Amino acid sequence: MALLEFRKEGIYCPAADIYIDPWRRVKRALITHGHADHSRWGHQYYLSTTSAMPVIKYRLGDIRIETVAYGEKKYINGVQFSFHPAGHILGSAQIRVEHKGEVWVVSGDYKIEEDGFAEAYEAVKCHSFITECTFGLPIYKWKPQQEVFQAINQWWQQNKSEGKVSVLSGYSLGKAQRIIQNLDTSIGKIYTHGAVENVNEVIRQQGVRLQETTRVTAAIHKKDFIGHIVICPPSAMGSPWIKKFKPVSLGVASGWMMLRGARRRRAADRGFVLSDHVDWPGLNQAIKATEAERIFVTHGYTDIFKRWLIEEGYEAEVVETEYEGELSEITDSKEEKAEE
Amino acid sequence: MKRFAQLFTQLDQTTKINTKVNALAHYFQDADDKDRLWTVAILSHRRPKRTVTTTLLRHWAAEYGNIPLWLFEESYHVVGDLAETIALSLPPKESDQDQSLSYWIDFIKSLGALEEEEKQEKVLWAWRQLDDAERFIFNKLITGGFRIGVSQKLMVRALAKYTGMEENILAHRLMGDWTPDTTTFQDLIITADPSDDLSKPYPFYLAYALEGEAQDLGMPEAWQAERKWDGIRGQLIVRNGELFVWSRGEELVTDKFPEYKVLAERLPNGTVIDGEILPFKDGQPLTFNLLQTRIGRKNVTKAVMSKAPVVLMAYDLLEWAGEDIRQKPMAERRKLLEYAVADCHHEVLMLSPIVSFSNWEALAQERAKSRELHSEGIMLKRKDSDYKAGRKKGDWWKWKIDPLTIDAVMIYAQRGHGRRANLYTDFTFAVWDGELLVPFTKAYSGLTDKEFGAITAWVKKNTVERFGPVRSVTPHHVFEIAFEGINLSKRHKSGVALRFPRISRWRKDKPKEEANTLDDLKSLL
Ligand SMILES: [Zn+2]
Repeated sequence: MALLEFRKEGIYCPAADIYIDPWRRVKRALITHGHADHSRWGHQYYLSTTSAMPVIKYRLGDIRIETVAYGEKKYINGVQFSFHPAGHILGSAQIRVEHKGEVWVVSGDYKIEEDGFAEAYEAVKCHSFITECTFGLPIYKWKPQQEVFQAINQWWQQNKSEGKVSVLSGYSLGKAQRIIQNLDTSIGKIYTHGAVENVNEVIRQQGVRLQETTRVTAAIHKKDFIGHIVICPPSAMGSPWIKKFKPVSLGVASGWMMLRGARRRRAADRGFVLSDHVDWPGLNQAIKATEAERIFVTHGYTDIFKRWLIEEGYEAEVVETEYEGELSEITDSKEEKAEE
Repeated sequence: MKRFAQLFTQLDQTTKINTKVNALAHYFQDADDKDRLWTVAILSHRRPKRTVTTTLLRHWAAEYGNIPLWLFEESYHVVGDLAETIALSLPPKESDQDQSLSYWIDFIKSLGALEEEEKQEKVLWAWRQLDDAERFIFNKLITGGFRIGVSQKLMVRALAKYTGMEENILAHRLMGDWTPDTTTFQDLIITADPSDDLSKPYPFYLAYALEGEAQDLGMPEAWQAERKWDGIRGQLIVRNGELFVWSRGEELVTDKFPEYKVLAERLPNGTVIDGEILPFKDGQPLTFNLLQTRIGRKNVTKAVMSKAPVVLMAYDLLEWAGEDIRQKPMAERRKLLEYAVADCHHEVLMLSPIVSFSNWEALAQERAKSRELHSEGIMLKRKDSDYKAGRKKGDWWKWKIDPLTIDAVMIYAQRGHGRRANLYTDFTFAVWDGELLVPFTKAYSGLTDKEFGAITAWVKKNTVERFGPVRSVTPHHVFEIAFEGINLSKRHKSGVALRFPRISRWRKDKPKEEANTLDDLKSLL
């Protein structure tokens, strides 16, 4: 019996009778982070990190949830579980599972670069590593975030000088706060879409400091947005909501903006390459650092990445999951709509 | 090349026409004459000859990027653009430079004479000192096919803004068989005289598809109706005893159609006719496919000519007795055209017949006959219209027939490119032949992102087999496929080939058993 199995409900640990980020309803679930494709509604019991919990609770409502600190050991039916920072969003974790000397790690979504907001990624050694590979192609190489934010702030400044409102889209949990934290507020004020501000409130309540933001409401006059920046979820970009900002420059912050075709097909003025997932060099660096021999790849360019890993001397397999990676950045996410 | 790369980024980053025109006009101001002319050349699809094969470039890029070739190819499949894939696969630059656009074009041209190893050395030398944006442009120049998302029309507007000259004069001067090696910015744009170049065609007047109802166009008497023929739009020029034939893509195609040679003697000098290069035999048009096979050939042999002989179906007269008559009303030009065709009196030059109609209802009935007459629909031209340059609304409309449709079952799915690289967007469809599903076409466009998202989730869960990027799926979903035409084909398993197939809608209401049959499909032949 393997320590972890792949079932139609999700990743399963038979020895502990518990699932990790299951996509169907189960009795007990360990949750890597609060994004909708990893933390779903309907389980009877949840376990997450302390800093991930408030958002999960806010999104899923009245659930039974327990928390652990990073690195804290939790035993379930004699199997040892611990959560380690994944650097993806606030509270995100890789889950380490140890039993009878065998160690597996489930990466969840992760990112190597420290962004000053999410708890910094930590390499965890293991025998088997279950990793995402959203951007598992050599064409995906991120620039240091400092460079990206310099470009974003310059764009904002430019728009301001042209008397425009800057509207920048990014996923409302994670990407939005990372952007907010790195904006140069000497340029102007930060306004937020309701979906973003709701998350901000939850995060502030748990004692995390975030730059000052103002929720966009009907009471605010159109003129008052000129020169300032508005942060909204991707789904708001194509909605009537956006019409209240005029004249406007639209920006999109996503890893998909790496490709010219993607930038052009968005009806946005600017695409900024900013992702909360690992890029190609990061992915290879992370896998190496785990010292694992067996790699399972879950979502992204799985077939291609598997072949690459095999040629690099790993044992590698593709696992079909229902995780989406950064897909919701480009397709409309139902959930974000509901939060509007 | 940094300034050109900056221009490119500016053009690429905006969808707004005015911003593009301004960026381009600014660039024309900053650039020197040589770069200016090369920019005009690139934007009008005149590019340096390819001096390095793409196969070599792929190998060198994979090697320098330190990845296996297959992985480079997979990346290319996702990116969908070779120049971009190469730029994204290379390590960061090692040194810096700022040579001009013309410098790098000359550099690329100079590679032609070199041995493979020297070529590689030089290309790597270039890659090592160009930044990301410059590398992309360098790769675009070296691989050819540089499309910037700037139409000729937009470029002409920017040139007009920069030079203060009129747009239609500029558009005319930019046509013809020039390259930056045979002229200068001054000679071509500023001091050029149209009569200098005998071959110079006029910009084509292109019609938009009719938007509302035909009857909204007003009085039928104000309009001239013709058939819309399914060939290649072309311009035939006779000046100074010489014949030139231009296709709508501004390509000089005189040599491809020796049939027209005789017209050089039969038409008077100073004649320019706008018409359709149409394969035509035994009194009726042939399928467009035949014409395509003919264009693809280097040599037009007797056999090819007898299999797909062409005529010129004349639509309009633009120049007569050496005079540009585009400003005369359509009705007047038509009279002159009728005279010119009659006077020429040769079977290779035909007059596009006028479809007479007294009311819109009658014209709709004529339109319904389009398919049996091998035409694509009806062209409507206002009798008092002048001959405009480019695609313009108002005076000319194409009233095409509705596409053919068939309900088919999806059996294969393939990942898309670029933004849609994570979605399954390319599908193969099949129709029933007894108990069997026979694939007959591929189609990709026509669904919304949301529908692609839904079908992607479904494909992942219902994969039967994988073949590289392609998956075979459980036959289940039915889609309506629209297309413009259908022909017999020996190369296809189904025995037919479609023209312009696309998904028109997702028939969620239909079970797979109710999809159409191969016989249904063949009945449309
Ligand atoms: Zn996530």
